[in-house]
Parts: sequence; structure tokens; C-alpha cells
Amino acid sequence: MTLEGWMLIVGFTGLVALLARPVGLYLDAVYAGRATWLRPVLGPVESLLYGAAGVRPEQEQDWKGYALAIVGFSLLCTLALFALLRLQGVLPLNPQGFAGVAPNIAMNTAVSFVTNTNWQAYAGEGAMSHLSQMAGLTVQNFVSAAVGMAVAVAFARGFSRRSAQTIGNFWVDMTRSILYILLPVSLVLAVLFVALGMPQTLASSLQATTLEGQAQDIAIGPVASQVAIKMLGTNGGGFFNANAAHPFENTGPLVNLVQMLSIFAIGAGMTIMFGRMVGSERHGWALLAAMGALFLIGTGVAYWAEAQATPALIAAGVDPGAANMEGKEVRFGVSASALFAAVTTAASCGAVNAMHDSFSALGGMIPLVNILAGEVIVGGVGAGFYGILVFAILAVFVAGLMVGRTPAYLGKKIEARDVKLAVLAILAAPLAILLGTAFAAATEVGRAGVLNAGPHGFSEILYAFASAAGNNGSAFAGLTATSDFYTYAQAAAMLAGRFLIIIPALAIAGNLAAKPTAPASAGTFPTSGPLFVGLLAFIILIVGALTFFPALALGPLAEATAGVLY
Amino acid sequence: MLQVLRPALVLLALFTVLTGIMYPLTVKGIGQVLFPTAANGSAILRDGRVVGSALIGQAFTGDDYFWGRPSAAGNGYNARSSGGSNLGPSSQALADRVRETAERYGGPVADIPVELLTASASGLDPHISPVAARFQAPRVATARALPAAQVLALIDAHTEAPIGGIVGEARVNVLRLNLALDELAPRSGAP
Repeated sequence: MTLEGWMLIVGFTGLVALLARPVGLYLDAVYAGRATWLRPVLGPVESLLYGAAGVRPEQEQDWKGYALAIVGFSLLCTLALFALLRLQGVLPLNPQGFAGVAPNIAMNTAVSFVTNTNWQAYAGEGAMSHLSQMAGLTVQNFVSAAVGMAVAVAFARGFSRRSAQTIGNFWVDMTRSILYILLPVSLVLAVLFVALGMPQTLASSLQATTLEGQAQDIAIGPVASQVAIKMLGTNGGGFFNANAAHPFENTGPLVNLVQMLSIFAIGAGMTIMFGRMVGSERHGWALLAAMGALFLIGTGVAYWAEAQATPALIAAGVDPGAANMEGKEVRFGVSASALFAAVTTAASCGAVNAMHDSFSALGGMIPLVNILAGEVIVGGVGAGFYGILVFAILAVFVAGLMVGRTPAYLGKKIEARDVKLAVLAILAAPLAILLGTAFAAATEVGRAGVLNAGPHGFSEILYAFASAAGNNGSAFAGLTATSDFYTYAQAAAMLAGRFLIIIPALAIAGNLAAKPTAPASAGTFPTSGPLFVGLLAFIILIVGALTFFPALALGPLAEATAGVLY
Repeated sequence: MLQVLRPALVLLALFTVLTGIMYPLTVKGIGQVLFPTAANGSAILRDGRVVGSALIGQAFTGDDYFWGRPSAAGNGYNARSSGGSNLGPSSQALADRVRETAERYGGPVADIPVELLTASASGLDPHISPVAARFQAPRVATARALPAAQVLALIDAHTEAPIGGIVGEARVNVLRLNLALDELAPRSGAP
């Protein structure tokens, strides 16, 4: 560990805090339909889209209408992407001449990208045509992120509205997310990335003859455009198999820093947007503070763990004080690799700039714990925000139980129905993770995919189901997840982790929007101070720990304490 | 249902055109005009021939070249098959592989800079640390019949520093360093 390494971690966290407010103010203006500086240019485009789609922007939906639109749209996106992947062999922009993607992989990939998971059961440069990457995967990077952002805004409206029957218009919220936020920012980021060395071409290969006379066929393609949105939309699906560790996808330390900031930008901004919407920016900062505390703890542990040699390296004679550089890139080193791992799993991004499978037992447990905690530490665009609000509801409920008062958050009474829905949303992912892991660990088909022996193999399975149900997409990549079992089981976990949270979240929003807002009284538990921040962080940790401690004990904790090689 | 179907179909189609075709082609247009080298993969040319990419590592085996890191991409530095070893922290296979790699360098394992023994995440890491380059300097200097000081100076000249001392790690691009080496003292037996 070095002082510079710690400065990077703390400095990065500070930059995120600085970004949160300007981003939050902009998001608030966009979703409220107020004038922004892009409106003169994009306003007409927005109207055109609504006209063609037959959307009347002023006509809002109740929560059921909103949820139905999301489910219908996602279903259509899944079918369209599946068809594109199957047919890529006979479609244009396929310079590598790839055949259609196998049915189970195409299905898995379609579900994966539509649910904003971007779990990749394929190697990008060895399976996907340029058309699939651009018109299939990149498009879903945009729209799946926009769906998450729309749900977050609809959820926030549940708190900001009084005695209302509607929570917004999904088509409008989605369109605005893409048009005013994701697309313009991605365009700027992508051009910046090209300026800093990232390829963007329709050619597919660069042929070289190395200094020692070997032929080297270097895969290239339209990389920058996909990388920009994969970070900003917390999608995480890489152009290449090595994802953001590939030198073309993450050309250097500056690009790496910008990528990490873009993963967190929207998620952090949403807390401030929420504060503005409910008329108390402090409430937004309180949520962000709880996220920041959890983030720094996890990142610190990961950095400490990765700065030491692992048992395997020590057994081979490596200096125990040397860093664990297996699966890491020299240009990022230990600190930026540990930081990236924490960022990508705290948000539901899933891009990786180092191989988590080769992290030390405890260092690899941090990304896993971040995912298991529900990805509410900033979280995925939209998803993290509605995730932490669900936890906030649980936190005020617990606080209400402790002091014997009716819990309330932002003037909304939290009643039995709200708490039941919140618990359903909180339990959906753990159920998918633990059932999936248990089944895979107990069966031949599940164990067949494992690369590493011993407890680490169990960690690979646990990480895979956590990543799928958490809609994260990163992996302990030693696991071979191309079998029928894994492709279908993972797809089921991804769907559960997406829609069994979105639907209850929207139901809560509809329920809350319909309630009147009561003014705070002396008996109201304050929800914007340090006490609430601490309680919220504690609830997130305790729910995660109670749910997953046994599983973690069998995997990373067993490996960390065993001290033997397998 | 029609209420959902029409906007879903129309918006998916229009966003496919907007974000799936127009957006990447716009980035390509701008990139190809303003930053053509980067946009096409940062090729490095020598005598008009492409010898590699500035961003992609390649295999070096000769004693008269600096060696990069072990690579798990295909059979090593296969730039169509990126990836790491994914071997875990208590993997016997990893320990064995590290020992095997160490034999190539000789001497006590503990003295060898750790990134020369560990596979990178991408399998295409173009860099090693300045420490790892200096560690190899005596071998290279001998093979090229160059004074050690001259090789060390070459390493210093090719060391990239972290931005502001914080962002990034000190590193040397192995391909560029070896190109400079060829410039300084052509390989014996090379044309």
C-alpha cells in the first residue's frame, strides 16, 4: 500500500461528491421537463419521437400502467436482440464472418443486456459481429439504463407527490433519459476516449508482424462508442473478452479514472435529484453519505488485501510483501484495480479492469459483498437509487419499531403494505442467488463449470449467481457459464433480480403517491441526519450479513483461513 | 396491449437507428478525421511495416529483448483472444506456473519483480514497471554488447510517470523500449 494509492481512492470519492450536485440538478430539470441548454436542439427530436410512437407526453400512467409498459417494452427488446444475434451471420457489418450466436447463448445474452446485467457468456472479439455490437448490444446499453433511470424517477415521484393517482409516463421518462442524458454524454465521452487512444472503426483487424517475426492479428472495431455507454449506463458489457482490462477498452490511467467517474456519475446525481424533488436536498445528501461510508470501507479492505502476495504466489517463492499482480494490469496497479473492482460492483456495472477470480480471498470477497448488499452503494443507474430507497423504507420501519411510533419518511406514512412490498423487493435477489448457488453446488451440471478447486470453486458459483441476480455482470471468470444449465439458470436469476424489484418498487411508488403528506412533528424520526445515515448503512449491512454469511463462510472466508493450496 | 405495443415498437426501432447506427458512426466519423491513428488501433510502423500496436503487448523470447508479462491470451499475446488466467489465490496450478516462469529468469524467485511472474488481466498488457525493466537490463545489455548504463538510460527515457504522481503507475511500454533498443544497437544476425 502506498500513500499515492490511498490518495487515489479518497480523491476519487471526493470527485464523485463534487459531481453529484451538478448532475443531480441537471437530472431534476430534465425529468421535470424544464428548459435545459440541450432543449433547443433536442426538443424537436423529442416531439418527433412522441409523434411517431403515438405517445401523449402529458398523459401519465398509474403504477400498473407504468409497470406494464416496462414489462412489454423489455419483452420486445429481448425478442429483438435474440433475433439479431441468431441472424448476425446473414446480416451486414460482419467482417469477421461470424455465424449466428448459439440459441442458449443468444437467449442468455438478450436477457442479460435487456436487464442491464451484461453478463457475458461469450467472448466479444470471438463471437459478435459489428452489427450485433452496435445495433444490438449498444442499443440495449442505452435503453436498459434508461428503463432503470425511469423507474428511479417514478419511485421518487411517489414521495414528492401528494394524493396523486399517477407516477409519470414511462415512454417520456425513458426517452428523456436517452435523449438529454445518456446520448449526449456518451458522445462526448466516446470522442474523448478516441482522443486518448481507443479504436473506433468498422474494420475488424490490424495485421502486424512482431519484432520477433510472428504474425499478430489484432482485433479492433467500434470500441469507443460502446465503452462510453457501458460505463455511463452501468451496463458493463465489454467489446472484448477482457473487458476494461483490455488495453483498447481502457487505454490508460486517465481513461480509467474517467470510466470510474462515469460509472458513478448518474447514480450519485440521482440522490441529489431526489432531494430536490422532495424539497429537501439534505435528504439526498444523507443517502449519498450512507453510500459513501460503505464504499470507503469496502474499497479500503480490497486495497489492503490486494497489496499482499496470495498463498499461491508465496508458495512459489514470491516475496510476501509483493502485490497480488495476477490478473492485474501494470498501468493500473493495485490501487486503481481494487478501486475499480469496488466501483463496478457497488454500482451494478460489472465492467472489470482486473480479473476478480484472481483476487485474494478477502480482496475478492469485497466485490462479492458489494453485489450481495444489493448494489445500493451508489448502485446502477436508477436501480441503485430505487434499491437504497427500499432500504430507507425498511430503516424507518425498524426505527419506528424501536421507538414505538408510526414510521414516516418525507411525510409519507410507511404502512404494512409498503413494508411488505419493500421486503419482497429486498428478498427477491437473495432468493435467486442462494437457491441458484445451492442447486449448482449440489449438482454435476453446476460443478462442471468450475475452474478452481476447493472453496474458491464455490466462490465462483456464488459470484456468478450474485452477479446475475444483482444485474451486475462481472464474474469470477474462471467459471465456464456456456452450458445449458448456466445460461438458463443465470437468465432466470437476471429476470428475477430485475423485475421482482422493479414491480414492487413501482407498487410502493403508486401507493405512496396516493397518500397525503403529513408535516413533520416533534415525534418524527429525523431522516436527514447522521443518526439516519448510520442506521441506513447498518440495516444494509445487517440484512446482507444475515442473509449471506453462511454462503460467504463456505467460500471466501473458508479460503482465507484455510491457508492451503488446492 | 396496443397502447404498449405501438410505442414499444416505434421507440425501439428509432432508438436502434439513433443509438445503434447514428451514434457509433458519428463517433467513427469524428475519430477517423481528428485522431486517425488511435481510431485505427495505434499501429506502430517501422520501415513502412506494421510491427504492432502501441497499446497491445507482444511476445518476446530472445535474450536481447526485454520480456513482457506472462500472458493467458490464447497461447500468449493472442490479440483475438484476450483474457486472464483466472487462477485463484490458493491455486496449486498458479503456484506451479509461477515457479516455471521464474526459471526463465534464474536466481531466487523472491528477487524477481512480481509482475514478471504473474499473468495480466487482458493477456495483452503492453507494460512492465521500470523496476522490472531494470531487472532485465544486465541480460539485455550483455546480449546486445551494450554498456549497462546506456540500457538503463534507455529505460529511464521510456518510463511514463503517473499523472500528478497519483493517477496510474510508473510503467515502460515493452514494444517501444525494444524498438528503441533495435535503433540503438541492431540485433546481431538481423537484416
